[in-house]
Amino acid sequence: MSYPPVIPPSGTDALRCPSVPDLNGTRLGIDIVQISRIQASIDAFGQRFLDRLFTEAEIGYSTAVPNQAAERFAARFAAKEAAIKAFNWSEAGIDWRDVEVRKQADGGCHLALHRRAAALAGPSHDRVPLSLSHDGDYATAVVAVRET
Amino acid sequence: MTDADTIDQRIFAILKDHARLSQDVATLTADSDLYRAGMTSHASVNVMLALEGAFDVEFPDHMLKRSVFNSVASIREALSQLPADGA
Repeated sequence: MSYPPVIPPSGTDALRCPSVPDLNGTRLGIDIVQISRIQASIDAFGQRFLDRLFTEAEIGYSTAVPNQAAERFAARFAAKEAAIKAFNWSEAGIDWRDVEVRKQADGGCHLALHRRAAALAGPSHDRVPLSLSHDGDYATAVVAVRET
Repeated sequence: MTDADTIDQRIFAILKDHARLSQDVATLTADSDLYRAGMTSHASVNVMLALEGAFDVEFPDHMLKRSVFNSVASIREALSQLPADGA
């Protein structure tokens, strides 16, 4: 196995299973984002990029420590995409800001859903389990949803 | 050259700059699957923002779908439904 691992483009057959099948009524979604490319998007599109994807609270938290902003934005974008996969919302027309990452007092995070996302998910998904991580130039997120 | 051809040329140019495809844009047709060609979800956001800037439009929530950005043809169709912000 080569190192670092060669990651094929996301359009290839090797990566056409973004979420695993139903596991006892639980669906998972996962996404990975390259942090430097998030920074490149911010450089290219500026506040338009941030305002389109993130809530004011997410922007406030992510920019609180400037040299960590890109990795925080990257992890949050990964979380939103992971949620879209877990809920199977790729054709639902969901605004990214309606899937909000919220920091918990214990240092963990969960997803809060708003507007159309909340309506589609239903009241049982008011706090969606989420796990974030980052290493080097990559941030990743996993979301678990229980089907009702 | 038709208006559709002109629009497609502009879309292809945006894809070349922002879609980060794993293959040359010149090898794609208007119906080529952009996700199969390597466009990620993040890259599709960049494409969306670039399209909005280039065509002076804003994609509404109901168009924030994978299928809208699946091909040049689907993007062209979506753009045809949007009024320019200056209109």
